[in-house]
Amino acid sequence: MQMTNLMQHRLFLPLLALALILLANLVVSPEFFHLQFKDGRFYGSLIDVLNRSAPCALLAIGMSLVIATGGIDLSVGAVVAITGAVCANLLNSSFDAMFLVIAAGLLVGLAAGMVNGSLVSIFGIQPIVATLVLMVAGRGIAQLINSGQIVTFQNQSFAAIGVGSIFGLPSPVVLALLVFLLVQLAMRFTALGLFIEACGSNPRASHYLGLNVRVIKFFVYCVSGICAAFAGMVITADIQGADANNAGLWLELDAILAVVLGGASLAGGRFSLPLTMIGVLIIQAMSTTIIMSGMEPKYNLLIKSVVILIVLLLQSPALRQQLRGLAFARGNKA
Amino acid sequence: MSAQHAVLQLTGICKRFKGVVAVNGVDLELRAGEIHALLGENGAGKSTLIKVITGVYAPDGGRIELAGTAIQPQNPMDAQKHGISTVYQEVNLLPNLSVAHNLYLGREPRRFGCIQWRKLQRDATALLRRFNLDIDVNELLSSYSIAVQQLVAIARAVDCSAKVVILDEPTASLDAREVELLFQILRTLRDQGTAIMLVTHFLDQVYDLTDRLTVMRNGEKVGTFVTAELPREALISHMLGKELQAMEATRQPAHSDSDETAALQLRELSSSNGIRNINFSAQRGDAIGLAGLLGSGRSEVCAALFGLDSISQGEIRLGGQPYQPKSPAHAIAQGFALCPEDRKTDGIVHPLSVRENMIIARQAQRGWWRPLRRSEQDKLVAEATARLKIVCSDPEKPIGELSGGNQQKVILARWLMTNPQILILDEPTRGIDIGAHAEILQLIRKLCAEGMTLIVASSEIEELVAFSNKILVMRDKRLSTTIAGEDISENAVLAAIAEPD
Repeated sequence: MQMTNLMQHRLFLPLLALALILLANLVVSPEFFHLQFKDGRFYGSLIDVLNRSAPCALLAIGMSLVIATGGIDLSVGAVVAITGAVCANLLNSSFDAMFLVIAAGLLVGLAAGMVNGSLVSIFGIQPIVATLVLMVAGRGIAQLINSGQIVTFQNQSFAAIGVGSIFGLPSPVVLALLVFLLVQLAMRFTALGLFIEACGSNPRASHYLGLNVRVIKFFVYCVSGICAAFAGMVITADIQGADANNAGLWLELDAILAVVLGGASLAGGRFSLPLTMIGVLIIQAMSTTIIMSGMEPKYNLLIKSVVILIVLLLQSPALRQQLRGLAFARGNKA
Repeated sequence: MSAQHAVLQLTGICKRFKGVVAVNGVDLELRAGEIHALLGENGAGKSTLIKVITGVYAPDGGRIELAGTAIQPQNPMDAQKHGISTVYQEVNLLPNLSVAHNLYLGREPRRFGCIQWRKLQRDATALLRRFNLDIDVNELLSSYSIAVQQLVAIARAVDCSAKVVILDEPTASLDAREVELLFQILRTLRDQGTAIMLVTHFLDQVYDLTDRLTVMRNGEKVGTFVTAELPREALISHMLGKELQAMEATRQPAHSDSDETAALQLRELSSSNGIRNINFSAQRGDAIGLAGLLGSGRSEVCAALFGLDSISQGEIRLGGQPYQPKSPAHAIAQGFALCPEDRKTDGIVHPLSVRENMIIARQAQRGWWRPLRRSEQDKLVAEATARLKIVCSDPEKPIGELSGGNQQKVILARWLMTNPQILILDEPTRGIDIGAHAEILQLIRKLCAEGMTLIVASSEIEELVAFSNKILVMRDKRLSTTIAGEDISENAVLAAIAEPD
């Protein structure tokens, strides 16, 4: 009985999937779990997985909230590019004070979120269309800011956001962790999480409850924009340059996938940030497995999609019910 | 009536869900040429039993025999092939296809693999004529009223298989004339030898239409009776398992309309939703009934008070102070609460839990930055569950898993937690069982005695008469008559609704 309770817990399947993928890593390369402490920071494949997950994790935090309201934010990859372009150009100008650059980056994210939020909540445009506008236009804006070039910069303190370390951990990991904790606390230690879930589950009933559905929807796009700005700064700092064409390209899809792997419904309603984070790790750990197994790179996408399909199928209520039915029938015959 | 032989014979049907017994050893016999009512409170096991018959659920025990041969329907399609069709409360046809196509969906007349559209249209028209329904079968199903859609669903069911037709709450969304049309058709079908099983909450309909009835309670069969030989009181006590206490009317005298300190006063109120020149006032502890036919403006008055529609003319005063509702949030801040008519779309927030659904209005009132502690929430939920006798094994269950009556009580509990001054109930007893019905009426009285002002819109005159001390009869979005105090009676209200302009 306790076993079934454990298996029905919503953390069970995502954690099991992650564990299996990590196990596969161990088989492929026995040194996968080796951690080294050198020059004041940890090194190892696990740290590498965490570090590479950070940008996607940042995007997925905002995406979780947006998806919980029944929306979607396709523009976050483009916001990564705009933020990178703005920061890189500022660092090359005379306004290169750290706080100024970071504030400008965050403002860009907030502005992008406000554009998305107003299109969705004030003008009532379907989220997928509203954010598609900025997804396309955003890269164009970033290219304009960069004048069509890849803008590089020399600024060790800004680069530290991408390559530095804090308490022995890569700074992107620490940043993602802080944003995660902040948002998770805001959601679960105030009533914000409940209100967002209510709006996504039944917007009409939420209006009858006196909730301001429009403001809540506007708010989640703003959070998503700010999260994307953080991710944009991490990516830009990592390569010490802003590539308007490739920074954060297709990353919005990974973020959406992570939210879905965490068991959220695109129709809105329940969300769980911890589960989303596990989803992010599943995606990144798998990419690492494929690279470390020495398989030809041309198989990467195929294997990745097959594994994701399996995880999603295992979470599908319809399939679970059928599997249970099969087990039941077998039990009856025995 | 044709021969009294059983078409459908159920023996010892059992069905369990996760260890909970939903249907326990039920025997039932459905005869050719009879209309058989299946009655019971919500949660009595009616729906489960029907789903077993129609193959949605596989029974855990028992036999289903159709005309003497045992069958095991695997799914509704399979049941239909055996000759058992079901029409549900919500029309489950395709609104974006034509009426004709809906009638023959999945069994279109074909020649060389191509659908014969002409023949399909001709057949559909002929089929509907048999049901006294003369409509253009080429129009989309969605262009017709729910009643017509329901009749189309029944026509399809009967045409697919004329042996057994099961109707689950078919009249919930129909008006009186449409119900009469439906009943005529059912009587015709019965006389042609079809066995009809009817699930309904309306006892009038049971006595009007059915030959025999079976009562279920807590998953078990109480008994099968000949309708004409079973007095109404006996039927109700079978359904509830206890004698329904006759509710004595303790009506307070109505207060005068001109009182400046009235808890709520409407003067010449018109709203964007069409109600015009409404005047009335209510004191603390008043129960105001809103009567009238569907579309007469009952719900619109509720919506205007709650800030859902904008006020175009006139004024509202609360305790003498002017009040101009801007939004539900504003209305709630002024002490209003509204239990909406359509529980599913406007009331419950599924898949959130019962607990969250209860505390969310209070939480919304407090604002997001002042969350209710979990221990407070649990205390409030436990109190409300006990006070309203909500049947719910675990408050962490998604609210959608509760029965209709319990969902309604959760919505009531939600608003009572906000300590409203004025509680508006729009059709509070629609689609819920008799037990919950009586409890909600008792609650309305208790709240009035505590000094709350209630405004109740309902299509059930009997229930309005039972608790109101003033009844406003609406017609054509206007207030036609106000009946107060000792003048209130069912006949007076009926006369006011029926009276010509």
